[in-house]
Amino acid sequence: METIRIEGLTKQFPSGWPGRPPATVLDGLSLSVRQGEIYGFLGPNGSGKTTTIKVLIGLIRATSGSVELLGKPVGDVPTRRRIGFLPESPYFYDYLTAEEFLMFYGHLAGMDRAGLAGRVSRLLEVVGLVEARTRQLRKFSKGMLQRVGLAQALIHDPELVILDEPMSGLDPIGRKQVRDLILGLRDQGKTVFFSTHIIPDVEMICDRVGVIVKGKLLATGRVDELVNQGHTQSVEIACQGISVERIPAIQAMASRVVQRGSQSLIVLPGPAPLESALAEIRKQGGTLISVTPHKSSLEELFFQSQGQGQGQGSLAPARSAMGA
Amino acid sequence: MWPVVVIALNTFRENLRDKILYNLVFFALLLIGASTLLADLTIMEHHRMITDMGLAAINVVGVVIAIFVGIGLVGKEIERRTVYTIMARPIRRTQFILGKYLGLVMTLGVNMAVMVIVFLATLWLYRAPVHGVLMQAVALIFVEVLLVTAMALFFSTFTTSTLSASFTIGMFVVGHLTMDLKGIAEKSQSETVKAVTNSVYYIFPNLEMLNVKAQAAVGVGVPYAYQATASLYGLLYTAALLVGACIIFQRRDF
Repeated sequence: METIRIEGLTKQFPSGWPGRPPATVLDGLSLSVRQGEIYGFLGPNGSGKTTTIKVLIGLIRATSGSVELLGKPVGDVPTRRRIGFLPESPYFYDYLTAEEFLMFYGHLAGMDRAGLAGRVSRLLEVVGLVEARTRQLRKFSKGMLQRVGLAQALIHDPELVILDEPMSGLDPIGRKQVRDLILGLRDQGKTVFFSTHIIPDVEMICDRVGVIVKGKLLATGRVDELVNQGHTQSVEIACQGISVERIPAIQAMASRVVQRGSQSLIVLPGPAPLESALAEIRKQGGTLISVTPHKSSLEELFFQSQGQGQGQGSLAPARSAMGA
Repeated sequence: MWPVVVIALNTFRENLRDKILYNLVFFALLLIGASTLLADLTIMEHHRMITDMGLAAINVVGVVIAIFVGIGLVGKEIERRTVYTIMARPIRRTQFILGKYLGLVMTLGVNMAVMVIVFLATLWLYRAPVHGVLMQAVALIFVEVLLVTAMALFFSTFTTSTLSASFTIGMFVVGHLTMDLKGIAEKSQSETVKAVTNSVYYIFPNLEMLNVKAQAAVGVGVPYAYQATASLYGLLYTAALLVGACIIFQRRDF
């Protein structure tokens, strides 16, 4: 089942000047997020991530296209009871204490006071703010605000959690806590959609990822498939007992060879010549130590996508590794 | 709890913690200080002047808070982006606007109640007569404050805090001059002047309708029918501004 379904989403903002065309921030964006998965929405600054999330939350209206959350059109007020949201660099009512703040958001979600008290204590514990529960938010650090913001997104136990740059402003410990929290949400069967421009965050915890550049989705799919499909992989062969510099057949196949004493490192540009290279090594009397396929990282894909977005007049269509 | 009530109570708490009611200390000092001074300076009419001064102070303090807190009611939420997480909750934008408005009205109500108590205490202190018409004047001042709050909220749904303040103050000032504009329209030979002044007269609220301070100061009551009509007029204008604010807020992007 699809928890988020976006089809042909376009958002234009008026330029503010007569005769000047509107700025297109989202350009026919389509993606889907399945129930129970962690979906990373990856893109450079200004690519349209926050605008997409604003449309999902109903803060701005789409110029065209359709968006559904939990099977209902975006803007359906009762559905919001099932959605949690943390904006980027959140700013909250700083005159409230952490406890009052969470109670307020719980009440807004329609929760009663009795159920809320226990939930507030539990969440403050989860985000490590029990000691600061009676402190006003104006006295919170940026990291603490981010954590209390996460707590407010989860106060009503939502099925879908939408987080805009949830790791920004956090130290390494805080980032790990947030990652663990997101993984915990998936274990509970929740769906998490989060935007980021930090690639390792995506690689570590996401089931699937979408890469957005200049308002277009350039790639979407599972992280492992996305980094492999359609991208050149290299293969490294380590062997000993031969001097590869003196074997023209291997040199012709390799993109790079390194000889260190009796050990050789042969880098092939892809998996295709692997069998021939191994046969040649055996034929020359060499001993195989290891064969390591070198996969392109999400970072490489990200930069390639950015290059596509910036370098071409028309962008490449979204490529789905999952066929989604 | 209803979302409107949740937001109203939170707005009320925000106002209290922003120390808005501290103005009451200023009000009390101003009133008592000025009354003492006037008691020394005037021989015959100092009771009337104390009454006049007290009602004017209640009016000015109420309107100033209505304008300067009112323009930030929604504007501050948008500028600071606190509105993002609120709009993500199962509440309608209209409920948000009404909740914010009611929260400030609660603050203004408490503020005005305390000011009236201080005012009555001052009158008692100087043995000035307390007429029922004083409460009529206070009630109409409160209606004016409700209307000015709605003006500030209306403007803040589509423009910056500075412009909202300017528009609200402008509307407040013109609102007190509409009868003069009507007079200009009647006397003017120019059709353009007539059209402009008449338009302003009919579009802007007639805030002088809500001003019976002069009668109250001399203890002359106003008919209840007039008070009811003036209150209804003020409340209808307030409702129209709130509907306008809701429509604009409903359509805007954040």
